[in-house]
Amino acid sequence: MLDPAGEATRAAAARLGVDGVTKLRIGKAVDLEIEAADAASARQQLELLSDRLLANPVIENWTLELQDTAAQEA
Amino acid sequence: MALGVVVFPGSNCDRDVQWAAEGCLGIQTRFLWHEERDLSGLDAVVIPGGFSYGDYLRCGAIARFAPVLQEVAQFAERGGRVLGICNGFQVLTEMGLLPGALTRNHKLHFLCEPTELTVEPGGCSWLQGYSSGEVVTFPIAHGEGRYQVDHDTLKSLEDGGQVAFRYCRNPNGSVADVAGLTNRSGNVLGLMPHPERACDAATGGVDGRRLLASLLG
Repeated sequence: MLDPAGEATRAAAARLGVDGVTKLRIGKAVDLEIEAADAASARQQLELLSDRLLANPVIENWTLELQDTAAQEA
Repeated sequence: MALGVVVFPGSNCDRDVQWAAEGCLGIQTRFLWHEERDLSGLDAVVIPGGFSYGDYLRCGAIARFAPVLQEVAQFAERGGRVLGICNGFQVLTEMGLLPGALTRNHKLHFLCEPTELTVEPGGCSWLQGYSSGEVVTFPIAHGEGRYQVDHDTLKSLEDGGQVAFRYCRNPNGSVADVAGLTNRSGNVLGLMPHPERACDAATGGVDGRRLLASLLG
């Protein structure tokens, strides 16, 4: 999938004098917090969100990283 | 006989469609606020251009969940005619009523200019006012109009006669020069160019009139 914004940014990197950039793609990161009974149900909800709202699978790939903030706060 | 025109927060071509339909062609129109659920008495629905919900997340991604579009989806399923123009086309792809997606123009520029298109009426009964291969001029005004779809789906679109409009000189990098397409049954049409801006002789050509005029059958 052509990423014109990534290509333009890669060209600008060369103008800055950084010549070694062979690939540059621009996407987005979404930070969200969710309350769920356990990690499995959180993952299930987040997969639904990622696939049906946050990303359009026709043109975008997505990956999901889950962190247990409750455990960190305790 | 009446035409519904969906209005989201951020729509900006809703009144252009109303002027083209009602002012130029005498077709009664009714605005449908995004929370509206009553489509009774309507013969066709237009999803107009603009920046629905600020185009946050992706063009059309938030609009897809608007209450009025749940009704429009059912309306389309019953065979009702639905026309999506520009942002409306983006919304139709996000809804899954049309395949593929509209992405950033290949040269990144927002494009706003008259554009020549060839018409391929194919299976869309309400494009029969145009002859096959006829060249018409509609303005475009978009930053994200590069149509993208996988090869297999494109082949099925081509085989099924679903590509309704093609750019004569591709302005945005769309696959196969696609400017507009219909669903399989031909009652849903989405296109990036603006037929409603080609209806009033005072502002240029009137090539869009036949498209809007035939919406109501």
